[in-house]
Amino acid sequence: MKTCGATPGGPSLDGLLAKGIDLRTQTIIQGVVLKAGDDGVPNGTPVGNAHVRLLDRNGEFTAELPTNSQGQFRFFAAAGAWTLVVQAPGARVEQQVTAAQGSLADLVISL
Amino acid sequence: MSREKSLVSADWVTENISNPNVVIVEVDEDTTLYEQGHIQNAITFHWRDDLQDGLIRDLISKEKFEALLSKSGISNDSTVILYGGNNNWFATYAFWYFKVYGHQDVRLLDGGRKRWELDARPFVTEVPTRTATRYVAKDRDNSIRAYRDEVIAAIGVLNIVDVRSPAEFSGELAAPAHLPQEQGQIKGHIPTAKNIPWSKAANEDGTFKSDIELKELYVGAGVDLAKDTIAYCRIGERSAFSWFVLHELLGVANVKNYDGSWTEYGSLVGVPVAVGA
Repeated sequence: MKTCGATPGGPSLDGLLAKGIDLRTQTIIQGVVLKAGDDGVPNGTPVGNAHVRLLDRNGEFTAELPTNSQGQFRFFAAAGAWTLVVQAPGARVEQQVTAAQGSLADLVISL
Repeated sequence: MSREKSLVSADWVTENISNPNVVIVEVDEDTTLYEQGHIQNAITFHWRDDLQDGLIRDLISKEKFEALLSKSGISNDSTVILYGGNNNWFATYAFWYFKVYGHQDVRLLDGGRKRWELDARPFVTEVPTRTATRYVAKDRDNSIRAYRDEVIAAIGVLNIVDVRSPAEFSGELAAPAHLPQEQGQIKGHIPTAKNIPWSKAANEDGTFKSDIELKELYVGAGVDLAKDTIAYCRIGERSAFSWFVLHELLGVANVKNYDGSWTEYGSLVGVPVAVGA
C-alpha cells in the first residue's frame, strides 16, 4: 500500500465549526479511501462504504465507520499512536497514524 | 445450545428471504444506509426515532411497541431477523428490546451489514409493503434490564462488565471515537467493573467468535459466571451486544443490560467513579 499525504482528502471541517465544536479540544484523524491504480498509487476513485476501523496503541478496537459516498471518514481520538484498518470486499489495508490534540491527521489511503 | 435459536447465518437469510413468516428488520442509528440499499424484503427501525420514548429517557411504552410492530406487519408468531451496521450494535440492542417485551422468536444475522457487504451479497432499494397486524406485547421483563440503583448496589458484589473500549474505560476518551469528544458526563468507569470490550467477542468481519473462545474471554478476565452480571457501555447498545453473547450465545443466567449506561452513571451526583486501566 502507498499513501499520499500531500493531498489530504478527509471531509471539510466546516460542518464541525457550524455545530460549535471547538477544534482546539479535538484530536481528529480523518481521510479518504481511494481505489489503487495498477502502480498502487490512488487513482482518484473514492471507495464508499469501506469499513474503517480505529485501533489504539495496543491494537484494541476503538471505533469503526463506513466511508461516505466520497470515500471519506473522520474519527475523534486522543493524542498518540493509532492504527487504521480499512476493509472492503476482497481488500484490507492497515495504516499507522500519530495524532495530536488540536491538529488534523488527514490521510489518503489507497485500497 | 443457544446459538441455533438466537443467531442465523447470511446463507440462512438468503434461503428464507421470501419466507412469509420471517420479517427482516434493519436497525441503525443512521437509516440513510438502509435507503442506499438493504437486504431484500427488510424493513427498518431507527434506534432513536422508533425505539426511544423521546420525552423521557426510556424505552417506548408497551402500547407504542405494540403499535410499531403492528404497523410493521410483525405478528406474535413471526420469526424476526435483526441486522444492522456498526457491527450489529443497534441490532443487538433491538434484540434485547424485543426480549424485554417478550417476543418469542427473534434472531440476529451473524456479522450484520458488514459481513453481508464484505461478502458482496446483494442489496436492494425497494421498500416492502407489509400488511398490518395486531401485535400483543408482554409486560417488560426487568430480569434482563438493570437500573442505576442496582448497579450501585452491585459494586464489589456482582460482576460488572464495562464493554467500552479501553480508552473510554480509562477515561482517555469520553465516547466512541467516531463521535466528537464533547460529552456532558465525567470520564472513567464504575468501580470494580471489568473492562471486556464488546469487540473482543467479535471477529474482524463482525461475526461472533466461537462459544469456547467467548467463554474463555469472560472467565479469563475474572468474571465469575456463577454470579449475576450487569453489562454497560455508554448508551446501552454495545452492552446489549455483550448481553447477547453472555445470555443468548453462552446461555448464562441472570445477565442484565444497564441501558442507562455511562451517560446516566457518569452524570449522577456523588456516586463512586474509577479512572485508569
